[in-house]
Amino acid sequence: MQFFSGSSAVDISPSPAAPPGTATGLSGNNANMLYIFNRSGVCLLYREWHRPLRTLDASQDQKLMFGLLFSLRSFTAKMDPTSVDKGNLGVPLLPGQGCSFYSFRTNTYKLSFMESPSGIKLILITHPNTSDHQESLKHMYNLYVEYVVKNPLYVPGTPIKSELFNTNLDQYVKTLI
Amino acid sequence: MAAIYSLFIINKSGGLIFYKEYGSAGRMDTNDSLRLASLWHSMHAISQQLSPTNGCSGIELLQADTFDLHCFQSLTGTKFFVVCEPGTLHMETLLKVIYELYTDYVLKNPFYEMEMPIRCELFDLNLSQVIQKDRGALLGR
Repeated sequence: MQFFSGSSAVDISPSPAAPPGTATGLSGNNANMLYIFNRSGVCLLYREWHRPLRTLDASQDQKLMFGLLFSLRSFTAKMDPTSVDKGNLGVPLLPGQGCSFYSFRTNTYKLSFMESPSGIKLILITHPNTSDHQESLKHMYNLYVEYVVKNPLYVPGTPIKSELFNTNLDQYVKTLI
Repeated sequence: MAAIYSLFIINKSGGLIFYKEYGSAGRMDTNDSLRLASLWHSMHAISQQLSPTNGCSGIELLQADTFDLHCFQSLTGTKFFVVCEPGTLHMETLLKVIYELYTDYVLKNPFYEMEMPIRCELFDLNLSQVIQKDRGALLGR
């Protein structure tokens, strides 16, 4: 349950250096996607830089992703071995309530997850051998705050259509892979 | 020092067939452990569906704030997962060893009914031995 325990200043000019050895390039079977959801499950952004396989259409894929995260959070909150009183399974959890997961890995992809105190969920899909992406997710959240939230024409709860945000995001992701 | 908090074995339909707790703070009652096992089974399947590339075999490692969860799925669909402290090493090997014990003491037992809860003394005995040895090795380091 740690929110921005590091530097929480909106500081986007020095981007964190890509960890050495994780640049896998866009070729081959390495997937790279980003989802941003708000509290109610509306997908604010879905961006893909590389995706070899699409099994479902976009809206179903996003709903499934949100559902998976929702259930996983209930699961980890209940499974938490260090807390004495665990809530009931299935009760909707507030952001930051209960133990939350931050990443899971399968043999073909790694999913990194971050939830802001306002309930904005960021999900990054990468190659399974990459290292932890919490810093990258924090950086992307800062980009979101700068270019989306501070945009007076943006209506909260609607999909993001900001060119500046997309450009900066692409530039940043290029440094990661 | 409990590096391992608990062990679950799920059959191929998602039902819990074995659950052992090794010292987590709150006790989990039977109903909750059954629910969690089924929930895990479904999420394992959904994560396979969401894979952006071919050949996904489901979640192998889940990292949370206070624990890690390592999962091993056999070729028949039986899932073994262990909840441990974050950063515990060699859990994959441990899961493979537990799988071997399962095949030796449970599957080869002529009185064991498939997909039913495991009630084999020899399995429990050998499992505790393996866990103790693992814990001893960790403390020795």
